[in-house]
Amino acid sequence: MKKKVLSVALSAAMVASLGAVTTVQAEDDLIVVGYAQVGAESDWRTANTESFKSTFTEENGYKLIFDDAQQKQENQIKAIRSFIQQDVDYIVVAPVVETGWETVLEEAAEAGIPVILSDRMMQVTDDSLYECWVGGNFVKEGEDAGTWLAGYLEEQGRGEEDINLVTIQGTIGASAQVGRTEGFGNILAQHENWNMLDMQSGEFTQAKGQEVMESFLKSYDDIDVVVCENDNEAFGAIDAIKAAGKTCGPEGDIIVISFDAVSAAFDAMIAGDLNAAFECNPLHGPRVAEIIQKLEAGEEVEKIQYVDEAYFDTSMDLEAIKAERLY
Amino acid sequence: MSTKTTKTKRKIDGNSFLLLITIALFFIMYIAGMIIFREQGFGKVQNFLNLFISNAGLIVIAAGMTVVMITGGIDISVGSVVALTCMLLAWMMENKGIGAIPATLLVLVMGVVFGLVQGFLVAYLNIQPFIVTLAGMFFARGMTAIISTDMISISNETFLSWAKYKIYLPFGGYVNRKGVMIYPYIYPSVVIALVVLVLVFVMLRYTKFGRSIYAVGGNEQSALMMGLNVRRTKLKAYVLSSTLCGLGGFLFCLNTCAGFVEQAKGLEMDAIASAVIGGTLLTGGVGNVFGSLFGVLIKGTIEAFITFQGTLSSWWTRITIAAMLCFFIVLQSIFAAAKSKNKK
Repeated sequence: MKKKVLSVALSAAMVASLGAVTTVQAEDDLIVVGYAQVGAESDWRTANTESFKSTFTEENGYKLIFDDAQQKQENQIKAIRSFIQQDVDYIVVAPVVETGWETVLEEAAEAGIPVILSDRMMQVTDDSLYECWVGGNFVKEGEDAGTWLAGYLEEQGRGEEDINLVTIQGTIGASAQVGRTEGFGNILAQHENWNMLDMQSGEFTQAKGQEVMESFLKSYDDIDVVVCENDNEAFGAIDAIKAAGKTCGPEGDIIVISFDAVSAAFDAMIAGDLNAAFECNPLHGPRVAEIIQKLEAGEEVEKIQYVDEAYFDTSMDLEAIKAERLY
Repeated sequence: MSTKTTKTKRKIDGNSFLLLITIALFFIMYIAGMIIFREQGFGKVQNFLNLFISNAGLIVIAAGMTVVMITGGIDISVGSVVALTCMLLAWMMENKGIGAIPATLLVLVMGVVFGLVQGFLVAYLNIQPFIVTLAGMFFARGMTAIISTDMISISNETFLSWAKYKIYLPFGGYVNRKGVMIYPYIYPSVVIALVVLVLVFVMLRYTKFGRSIYAVGGNEQSALMMGLNVRRTKLKAYVLSSTLCGLGGFLFCLNTCAGFVEQAKGLEMDAIASAVIGGTLLTGGVGNVFGSLFGVLIKGTIEAFITFQGTLSSWWTRITIAAMLCFFIVLQSIFAAAKSKNKK
């Protein structure tokens, strides 16, 4: 019995020493940044992760500790605690949800580590718990989508027609969902002939988006517009529309609008399935690096920092634009 | 009678050997972590305490799960019950203006009621525990969404003061790179979790109810012939599990301070995995809550490895746990085979 325990111990120690040899030691002059990412649920998120990984490299003077929370807040809280233990210089968080961060942010504050939020906002009673927030202006994205739709319908000569809309929402409670729903709702309220039939969450995934669209198509037989709060939901919705024997896109029965504008969305627009995509710029890495440099120099930073965003529709030269984009 | 005592003795031996392996594995892993990540502060006292802080709820829930698994059952509703608990707490305090203490008591009562229903279905109607608790899992998750699909943040001052109350330890402090002196601390949730763990341990080992649980899980037929009330024992085990789950949910909520429908998804699997790694047999009759504690700590250590390493995908946690589960299940079946050989 003892022998067995001993052999287990020995083999584990061997594995450990192997690990010790291969581990690269952190150099003292690097700025250590811990990034608590939401997960890898969408193409947008992957582009966002890549942006951080390519910005915070050792050549640029940083060491990045990356953690994927698999969409779970409890995992992110653990990751932040671990960053504090690792004595990082800065903590960057893209919070899974907006609430419940007070305790762990206070732990970070106590250790004197500045926290920068990326993409999603946190609701905390004391906003000095974080340095600043970097992300897209979701309400504006929603409003842009509404304004674009009004213009597009006008162009088609359907400006006065009754229009039936449905929305596949994002994960309920996420800033992108709240902001885009609100922004689009603002424009919706200005058009009496627009009728929002239903809104359901597709949880930002293709599978769930397809499922929700299938149920919409069963419940309502005259849908004119589908608003999808991210690209992946739109891809699912397009599959559902085609499976139901309907058509979508500029030449089809149903207008499909999506947010994020990842490269697969360009493919969908080029294929004529998707009408328009509203960009949510995932390249936060350089902006965050800029903020960290300012903080290092002891400068004040703005609390809210929007990244630049545009939109794309099928009237543009999408091939050319796509070739220039990084994601 | 004499044969029975030797049999029980051997069982405890096999059990404690599995437990020993688990404990040894934990310490080996932890020490390996301290060696590999020594530059990054893996060896700090606080890093060790964080294992308990972040997993306080899971420790309590895994203890309840262990009890149910010893009876030969399973409870996969726990993750959803935790979500429901958090949501009820948040909803009662934020939307209904109920105080923190009555709200906490109410969710504990909810746990008891949930356990009574599940336990009744399993014990008295002889329905498979997997099916009963699967229904319980869907029901609790569904009810959470019915209460609110929005996230409810808790701003109740009493509750937040519990959540933020740090108990500092007088030793093990260090000065970090920003020049701040930091003493290690724990939250009250850790104390509650450890007290519960000891209570469940004592109950299993030294009370009639505890021994009945082992007897029922070991061999239901002979437990019945020994004159034990098998049904009532099972019912009580499920009530205990759900009650601990309510309490675990409360501790979980102290950590996240919010109610949300997506919370604690898959927590039941973490609890089951911890119990199995800790030496609990899926077939029942064998198990120890301290083993489950070490199961939880091993999971926490793997997670710490991944975050300290900093470039690995966090899915490696699950993959490593999967490998460990295989290892322990094979080990268990080797023991079972050896045991039946001895009998012959």
